[in-house]
Amino acid sequence: MLLTGAEILIECLLEQQVDTIFGYPGGAVLNIYDALAKYSDRITHYLPSHEQGAAHAADGYARSTGKVGVCMATSGPGATNLVTGIATAYMDSVPLIAITGNVALPLLGKDSFQEVDITGITMPITKHNFIVKNVEELAGVVRRAFSIARSGRPGPVLIDIPKDITAQKAEYTRETPKPVERHTKHITSAAVENAVTMLKESSRPFVYVGGGAVQSDAGPELAEFVHRIKAPVASSLMGLGAFPGNDPYFCGLIGMHGTRTSNLCASKCDLLIAIGARFSDRVVSNPKRFAPNARILQIDIDPAEINKNIQTHGYIIGDVKIALQKLLEAMDGEELADTTDWLSQVNEWQSRYPLAYKDGILRPQHIVERVYALTNGEAIITTEVGQNQIWAAQYYHFSRPRTFISSGGLGTMGFGLGAAIGTQIGNPDKTVINIAGDGSFRMNCHELATAVEYELPIIVVILNNRALGMVKQWQDHFYDGRFSQSIIERSTDFVKLAEAYGAVGFNLTRKEDVDEVLTAALNAKRPVVINCEIDPEDKVYPFLPPGAAVDELIVEVSQ
Amino acid sequence: MKRYVISVLVDNHSGVLSRVAGLFSRRGYNIDSISVGETLDPTVSRMTIVAHGDDAILEQITKQLSKLVDVLKVAILPDDASVYRELVLLKVKADDSTRATISDVIDVFRAKIVDIAPQSMTVEITGDRPKIQALVDLLSPHGILEVVRTGLIGLHRGDQNILTQEEI
Repeated sequence: MLLTGAEILIECLLEQQVDTIFGYPGGAVLNIYDALAKYSDRITHYLPSHEQGAAHAADGYARSTGKVGVCMATSGPGATNLVTGIATAYMDSVPLIAITGNVALPLLGKDSFQEVDITGITMPITKHNFIVKNVEELAGVVRRAFSIARSGRPGPVLIDIPKDITAQKAEYTRETPKPVERHTKHITSAAVENAVTMLKESSRPFVYVGGGAVQSDAGPELAEFVHRIKAPVASSLMGLGAFPGNDPYFCGLIGMHGTRTSNLCASKCDLLIAIGARFSDRVVSNPKRFAPNARILQIDIDPAEINKNIQTHGYIIGDVKIALQKLLEAMDGEELADTTDWLSQVNEWQSRYPLAYKDGILRPQHIVERVYALTNGEAIITTEVGQNQIWAAQYYHFSRPRTFISSGGLGTMGFGLGAAIGTQIGNPDKTVINIAGDGSFRMNCHELATAVEYELPIIVVILNNRALGMVKQWQDHFYDGRFSQSIIERSTDFVKLAEAYGAVGFNLTRKEDVDEVLTAALNAKRPVVINCEIDPEDKVYPFLPPGAAVDELIVEVSQ
Repeated sequence: MKRYVISVLVDNHSGVLSRVAGLFSRRGYNIDSISVGETLDPTVSRMTIVAHGDDAILEQITKQLSKLVDVLKVAILPDDASVYRELVLLKVKADDSTRATISDVIDVFRAKIVDIAPQSMTVEITGDRPKIQALVDLLSPHGILEVVRTGLIGLHRGDQNILTQEEI
């Protein structure tokens, strides 16, 4: 049938089972919005306060559901406002489609009103991007974009559509998308056998799991593998939830804010098995001194991650879930080395170096622990970036994949609230809580209006230390306590702010009131902001200065 | 630091060159030259990239290039199993008194004179780096006014070609 470009775009979204889209209208996308209204029975559009909120919402939606998130903006500033969100998704390999309008073809390249070269701008932060200059190509581009976003190592894809293309007509025939196949062609039996040999030769194996295990839904295989080889497990920030946080083999985070046990494991193990993890600088700290006694076995879907930051001794390239299945099959009947001594050593570290914080007054760690207890560990937690993020990661014991939604790679302050909105929309029956800091929350707090408008019962827990806490912590340790621009004694009343947006606000100042306030928030069934007045001196520990070897210079809290 | 010659087949779209160049610049890989042209199939272009670095960097370059959606194939052209050529145009000062001398030099190098003017001549030479450098050295005393290079291009020797090369 003959349809306009705008209609073809929406038909193609429907082909891909898209029923939710986050966007903001404007001149260059007027035709698309006009068509969207006609399709409103099949596709729900959510309007944020700012395009950045749309990108983060689509990202949170994608991370929490495993589907592709879709966001849309007009040309020029609309498109550039998506950029931080696209980069956030790129760094954490989130499948995202960003659709931008652009000025009509004859106006391109003329510095026209609201014209920007968004494909040029987003080239380094997308898996791929397209500008559609012929309406006949539009359907093919949209289908290809979804395929690229989902396949292999997922990532964001941007489609830029000049306004006249959305008005022109072309013949459209519906196509059913081919299912995305798991990437397995490089999982060779030689690679698997080599991995088995490495495992058999190890008496101190250690598993380091990352976001790839979450992406490929490898939880069951990972658990089986760990219990088969009887090895301690640590997780990167992105890997949280892939392996149950309350399993005795779990040692917690690894790296800069990792537990002492995880980092000792990395130093003392004789085999480090990285599963869907990329040895980021926040994990490795100093590549020359990382895992000095270990051979490295890496399982990852992206060949470029092998030998990028750390030289490996063995690898399996492919979908983590399938790779682990093959590995488990190949290990069948094989006798592995006894790890009993190693495990008791690890247990001893765990009991000697638990995560600890000073008790007494209202502590951020305690608040997160109570959030965990009162939600039975079943909430989906989004975070902002900084101390709030790490406290959430350390003290909420994530046990299911896709329940910790956080900007790991890019470290985007202002991510959490938008992400919570997308998460709640994608998971209407779940409790969604955004653990925030006062600095990050202030960056995009206008999205409270969105949560209220769509009646999303998100709870924002602001760990308010009147500071950019992580910045301040670094200044304290590395700049002799010169707190340049990190103390933000603003007079913002977050309760009144919440109420102004139509949300519920609570102040929390005493430890004794934590449960009462959290319970009230959980029962409110409306957007809630809890302003928790915490001690500005509270720091994130352990803290490994960048560049240090992972088993040294860990700064711990003095008890 | 070694020099590597990398041959890349890419979709012949606008924007491919900036994707490849952008990859090199943002990941901090050193690029000496890049040349691009259509292949027998007009939808496919072939790039020859000369880069330098250690083996680990070369591994990353080839892997990161392979991840670009527009990149169809990446192959290394090893020194000992490839032919390389570069075309250079040189404009050198030449008048009645020097023209003959310069011509003699050019003949020895099997270079070509492609333009002559009263005070200058333009010379075309193809070859590999050392040969071209030798000519530049010999012509320099006469005064080289301008130089332009195409960048290196290369092919595998023998029956081997980029498509038959094993995937990296």
